[in-house]
Amino acid sequence: MIRLSQVFKDYPKGVALKNVSLHIAKGEFVFLTGHSGAGKSTILKLLFGELRPTSGDVRVSGFSITDLTPADVPRLRRRLGVVFQDFRLLDDRTAEENVAFALEVTGARPDGVPSRVMRVLTQVGLAAKAHAYPQELSGGEQQRVAIARALVNDPTILIADEPTGNLDERATRGVFQLLREINTGGTCVVMATHDLDLVKQTTYRTVELREGAVVFDSGADESPGDDA
Amino acid sequence: MRLLVREAFLAFRRAPLLSTLSITTIGFSLYAVGLFALVAVNLRQALRLVEERVEVVAYLLHGTPPEAIAQASQDIAAFPEVARVTFVSEDEALKRARAELVEFRDAYRDLAVNPLPASLEIQLKDGFRDAENTAAVADRLRGYGFIDDVRYGREWIEKLDRLRNIAGLVGFIIGLAFAAVAVVIIGVTIRITVLQRAREIAVMRLVGATHGFIRGPFLLEGAIKGLLGGLVAVGLCYATYLLFRGQVQLATSGIVFLLPEQVTLGVLFGIAIGFFGSLVSVERHLRDV
Repeated sequence: MIRLSQVFKDYPKGVALKNVSLHIAKGEFVFLTGHSGAGKSTILKLLFGELRPTSGDVRVSGFSITDLTPADVPRLRRRLGVVFQDFRLLDDRTAEENVAFALEVTGARPDGVPSRVMRVLTQVGLAAKAHAYPQELSGGEQQRVAIARALVNDPTILIADEPTGNLDERATRGVFQLLREINTGGTCVVMATHDLDLVKQTTYRTVELREGAVVFDSGADESPGDDA
Repeated sequence: MRLLVREAFLAFRRAPLLSTLSITTIGFSLYAVGLFALVAVNLRQALRLVEERVEVVAYLLHGTPPEAIAQASQDIAAFPEVARVTFVSEDEALKRARAELVEFRDAYRDLAVNPLPASLEIQLKDGFRDAENTAAVADRLRGYGFIDDVRYGREWIEKLDRLRNIAGLVGFIIGLAFAAVAVVIIGVTIRITVLQRAREIAVMRLVGATHGFIRGPFLLEGAIKGLLGGLVAVGLCYATYLLFRGQVQLATSGIVFLLPEQVTLGVLFGIAIGFFGSLVSVERHLRDV
């Protein structure tokens, strides 16, 4: 599903990743932890093709990120869902329209859009607020809309970059529970966070990064290709 | 396709102020170009009216047989440069002189013998009224044995030539400068529109929209703004024309408006700037992010 082999990533101002090797199997839930600047976001950006590795190999859902052509980028992203700390919703569209937008701009059949949108809004618990604009929703609700948008194309991998970073404790719990449910449904979830309380609540695999290198991997014992 | 049109029109509804501003900017930029074109077209019209007076006069020897004159008139009329040949007899010449040269009326009244020669007045076709063609026709006329002298106001025509060349060159350069300024201003306006929707473009990229799909609504929106801006410019130009029509007189006729083809060309220019300006801005944006 996801494999990083001896990946280095340099930025003009320094090295972001140093010899990172990582395998994430289908259906896994993985936390990426570490301080700011440890390399969590760089790994996530490599996964959705926003960055290319300086050296090494990154493979995601059958695509080689190292050799990704511009035409491959949209194809890769249609297999992924991505959510961010700042939600990235369009303020001038309702929750429903924000979710529908992801289907429409990827060429989905128009007649199937409303039902698919309502299905994911129901899944994230926001069916009743489908017509609300982002500014009318709480932070937790906005993140749920962003998650609904990420889910609407039925991704095999959900990438979440500090999804609870802007939320209070209650909203954090709600969003995290939602991500767990999504994972239970079979979607692989890779979540960057520095909320250690959240990490300690579960037995999910944790990969800790420090200064661009993997310093701890609770799933390191598992053999590659293990889909557990 | 439906989504493309919907998104393009939604952009107008979601940012009415910015859309109005960019249409107005495009409109006024093209208005400046249009005004210049209006002045250029009218200058050319004025020059053409002056040019129409260019004629070559061949004075005939006294006693030239009428058959020879008739034959020569036919031959000359067949010259590629010649539009019309008019024979003016000696009597007619005298009659004209009496009518037109009022101060010499007394001198012409009591003449025993008519001193004025008969002549052929030759009007040239449009496009042949420059110094070179006029001189060529005059030279050919001198070949006829019964033509005594050929006059065509060489200096005057040469001046007209120079004026035409200068007007053409200056017009071209200023027109180009105006168009370039319009392109730059419109380009900046469109870039602002694209930047204002940077978040939307980012979301489209994130969820896997192809570049072609992202470009589509912007290009349509740009073309529509170009069209509306072009129509605004045409309206402003026409209003200006109406304002000045009654007040400015050029030679014998009033000022003229642009031809329908020129108006269409101007509007198409607006659409093209809107379309390609959007294309450049979106491409640059997609490359940068």
